Amino acid sequence: MTSWKQVPLSWKRGGLLLGLVFFAAVLLAKPIGVSTQFVILDGILWDAVDPTVVVPAEEAKSGYTSTNPYLDKSGGKYAKNVANPLNYSFVFVIAMMGGALISAVFRGGVPRDERTMPAVWRANFGDAPWKRYLAAFGAGFLVLFGARLAGGCTSGHMMSGMMQTALSGYIFSAGAFLIAIPTALYLFRKEG
Amino acid sequence: MTITLAILLGVAFGVTLDRIGATNPGYIIRMLNLSNLHLMKTILLGIGVASILMFGALLLGLVDPGHLSVKAAYGGVFIGGLLLGLGFAVAGYCPGTGLTALATGRIDALVFVIGGLVGAFAYMLTFGSIAETALFDKIAGGEATLGPISGTDYPALFDVMSGEWLGMIAGVAFVAIAWVLPARIDAARK
Repeated sequence: MTSWKQVPLSWKRGGLLLGLVFFAAVLLAKPIGVSTQFVILDGILWDAVDPTVVVPAEEAKSGYTSTNPYLDKSGGKYAKNVANPLNYSFVFVIAMMGGALISAVFRGGVPRDERTMPAVWRANFGDAPWKRYLAAFGAGFLVLFGARLAGGCTSGHMMSGMMQTALSGYIFSAGAFLIAIPTALYLFRKEG
Repeated sequence: MTITLAILLGVAFGVTLDRIGATNPGYIIRMLNLSNLHLMKTILLGIGVASILMFGALLLGLVDPGHLSVKAAYGGVFIGGLLLGLGFAVAGYCPGTGLTALATGRIDALVFVIGGLVGAFAYMLTFGSIAETALFDKIAGGEATLGPISGTDYPALFDVMSGEWLGMIAGVAFVAIAWVLPARIDAARK
């Protein structure tokens, strides 16, 4: 007997819920996206160390300019969000983390031995945490560098993009799965 | 008001990611090595349901077309997808699931997010020198969608029928694929 309490939910319930959330976002505000906020957080940290990185500028479209060409692109759109972290997209991502925390607490949290690595990693690479952390760091680097080059990630391009029948969403997903599936087949031969 | 919406939608998305198992990198890895397609079926159904609801609501005039936000297509989208795909398979995290997994107390997700912040920073420093290259040459006019969508000026790939109806069909196709996709592929795997 399946229920709304089991984790993971059945694919029918889970997919329905996921679809409703993506629809609600575009109905009420705008399509969901996450990876830009890594840039905004980087910008906030960078600006804290060096306050000349983002400065107000009356002539800029957003009202802000940056010495960094990426933060300054599209009229200083990202520079503005770095200067005002209390904006929709940044708060959305913080709230998303809060939501996951609440859900995890209600299901009793993540078991201790799972917190360092998932079972499938342990089955294939042993239980040395440093190996998993090294791989996770390198993977994080690649994922965010790639997402920024692509202009979006799994949420923005794959889910929101294909939801809107965006050509970019199909191109991104083709690229991602073209590499991800063979890599996972090669690396994770044991199921765990 | 905007901030209230950000909080409500963000919490709903975070709860959903956790409840469908996406904050567990084991499910993502097992989706990608094809040994457990549960999450793939969930995601495909999610895209299909969202598409049908969104285009249906556009046809009924319930969604403001100005809320749509179609991203540009250029070569870098594919290259970026390849890079992301590699890291996605190794870690079992993408940006959203990495952050939510970190929130549930996973330490490898914290390391992934730190790597992500460094990777995003490296891109910020690289962007200035690659911005003018062919990597960013637009494909099919840039922000293209399958068909023309009323109230937007996105270029259409096909001009045979309305983008809204094409979107409904695409949505139904995603639902159908989710339905027929088996629970696993490569049953010989031990």
